[in-house]
Amino acid sequence: MENKTIKNKTTVKALNGGYAMAEALRQIHPDVMAVYPITPQTTIIETYAKFKADGLVDTEIVQVESEHSAMSATIGACTAGARAVTASSSQGLLHMAETLPVVSGLGLPIVMCVSSRALSAPLNIHGEHGDVMAIRDLGWVQIFSEQAQDAYDNTIIALRLAEMAGVPVMPIMDGFHTSHTTERVEVLGDEIIQSFVGQFKPENALVDQKNPITIGTLALQNTYFDFKIDQEKAFQKVKSLYKKICVEYGKISGRKYGFFEEYKTKDADFVIVMMGATAGTTKDAVDKLRIDGKKVGLLKINLFRPFPYKEVGVALSHAENIAVLDRAMSFGSFPPLYQDIVTSMQSAGSRKHDIASYVYGIGGRDTMQSHIISVFKDLEEGEIGNKIKYLQ
Amino acid sequence: MNKELTKKLSSGHATCQGCGIPAIVRTVLGATDEPVIVANATGCLEVTTTIYPYTAWKVPYVHSVFGNAAATAAGIDAAQKALMKSGKIKKKAKVVVFGGDGGTYDIGLQALSGALERGHDFLYVCYDNEGYMNTGGQRSGGTPYGANTETAPAGETSFGKSQQRKDLMEIVNAHHIKYLAQSNVAYVNDLKMKAKKALKTTGPSFLLVLQPCTQLWKFPTSEYVAVGKLATETNFWPLYEIEDGKYTINNIVKTPKPIEEFLKVQGRFKHLFTDKNKQVIVDIQNKVDENLSKLVKRAEKS
Amino acid sequence: MSLEKGGIIKHDISKSPKTGDWAYSKPQVDKDKCIGCETCVQYCPDACIEMVKHKKDIKKKADIDYDFCKGCGVCAQVCPVKAIVMKK
Repeated sequence: MENKTIKNKTTVKALNGGYAMAEALRQIHPDVMAVYPITPQTTIIETYAKFKADGLVDTEIVQVESEHSAMSATIGACTAGARAVTASSSQGLLHMAETLPVVSGLGLPIVMCVSSRALSAPLNIHGEHGDVMAIRDLGWVQIFSEQAQDAYDNTIIALRLAEMAGVPVMPIMDGFHTSHTTERVEVLGDEIIQSFVGQFKPENALVDQKNPITIGTLALQNTYFDFKIDQEKAFQKVKSLYKKICVEYGKISGRKYGFFEEYKTKDADFVIVMMGATAGTTKDAVDKLRIDGKKVGLLKINLFRPFPYKEVGVALSHAENIAVLDRAMSFGSFPPLYQDIVTSMQSAGSRKHDIASYVYGIGGRDTMQSHIISVFKDLEEGEIGNKIKYLQ
Repeated sequence: MNKELTKKLSSGHATCQGCGIPAIVRTVLGATDEPVIVANATGCLEVTTTIYPYTAWKVPYVHSVFGNAAATAAGIDAAQKALMKSGKIKKKAKVVVFGGDGGTYDIGLQALSGALERGHDFLYVCYDNEGYMNTGGQRSGGTPYGANTETAPAGETSFGKSQQRKDLMEIVNAHHIKYLAQSNVAYVNDLKMKAKKALKTTGPSFLLVLQPCTQLWKFPTSEYVAVGKLATETNFWPLYEIEDGKYTINNIVKTPKPIEEFLKVQGRFKHLFTDKNKQVIVDIQNKVDENLSKLVKRAEKS
Repeated sequence: MSLEKGGIIKHDISKSPKTGDWAYSKPQVDKDKCIGCETCVQYCPDACIEMVKHKKDIKKKADIDYDFCKGCGVCAQVCPVKAIVMKK
């Protein structure tokens, strides 16, 4: 019961991303967790199972027979009136894809921790964002994490956001690079987190026999479209709530989160935009080039869905050339983040920018500092074609 | 509207004229005064009872997708356990799942198997109309040999479905659950008796209920009870229970009617009554006899 | 148009369609023939048969709610004494 002593104060621990997410979930203490194993997510559920075995939590863990059932059981638990969470990755995430728009369509506040990974075929268990990009349009909030610390913090922010906004939220970390790398993590006191997330008060619950509700109705041509417009309007409100929660979380943790992180971008002429673990490598490259007097910077996106187009566009408006680095491919199209950055520049009404598209780290391929430096070199030299470049 | 029968599922739903599903739901849910929560697979029952803005359900009800009703029930069961522990609820409701044969024999079989194996406290009721009726009459794992369906049509070179239906009762029984039974909507008292036992069972229980369908089986809207009776009177659909592994046949048919009696009243078997398909009827009769003798042996052993 | 979030609703009979509009024929109960056995009640898909006191009879007799009766004819088919006939 090592955690008993740290109810009200921060402890510094050496944790990998999976453990960090599980630690956040332990403090949140959900009623139900329905889980199915898949690499590189299992660190989360194995750690949580150990917490239960050690008597630190009494969450009902449902060891389902597939990811489809993992999300289905989570839906059942959440609609019943319980705080319910799950975790997944890659093929598993796509196996449950059928149920994901149901969760968002019903407005269920489910949190799913994701350790992102490549998709078959060929089979590959390593990190990239192909899985989470494939489901990006299904009405789930997506928050990206760079390090184990972010993975911990974002899980807590995700829970609060889900329950305040009535939307499902997916805190995401890069498989292996974040999920399996041990780093320094500041874990806040249990009571501080419990008071931050509060009690779960469901809008509707199947267990309320006095108020019998029907969940999962059929809407025809005369109403379905309107339901979907309502859903989009509610989803847009997530941005301001997210911002508010980040401010509140900053007060208890001292860490500032927001739509994105601007790393030395204020006076930067050349900016890289990216998400996730490899942002760390880019920060190092920026530092190195800054020593040589290069005006370079990084804009790291945290909130990917709903996407903060205008804010991103404004933040990038002063940059001369921009490179967008995607850790996912979108076959037959420019990759997802690139498309969103192009749209951001339009929606902010910025002058015409040259925006280059790069794809990196597919299937766990290492991205070295030299790759990042070569991108900045391209930006500086105006080497911006209209083709996607691969940082192999 | 009948007050007693509509306490849990009201009138005003849009099931087809002469559909047997509502009688199954009302009989099963009417067999208990304890609170229930209903989980439903996508299918005829779901689409006809929940057309926005009207729901015919007066008890808590949830539907999410086609193949996950048993997993949804598992989540509700887990939630109730957790909410009991934290004192947020004082009593657990019985979770009752309704799924068609498509949602049970086929797309939902894995989720059902998982939930049975984990031992959740729920009753799963499969209303078996022997085909995919919500999508207009395709063959399922529950469609019998020789039936004409939209995806296994009879024709010059085909006599309809060329495979036997799955033995779902034995599949479920292989999970060693305490109570499962095969019933028939035409025998509501049998169904009521079995529903009572199933609802009283702690842990998983299962009911497989024959539901003659006017659309797929092709008979007049007034005939579901009559056709259902023939299914049992010919031993095509014997009524039996398995309690703690012990088999009981509930209606021993001493002089069973020939299978033709059941087949001839349905349009889906019309093509069998031709010279070239004579053998198919013989095969069906043989299979009925074989299945019954297996069942009798199991009951005798018990 | 204000819609409930996620289409989550409660039962409200005033929002129900009157499925009696579907009927092309209607069951007529011959109260003199009806023996009050209730067989028809449990098989009616739309639960629209209620047993009610009729005149001075001791037994309750079948009474049809035409607001919801779809006219399928199941009641007439299952009636053991043929007390129900379908009429256009």
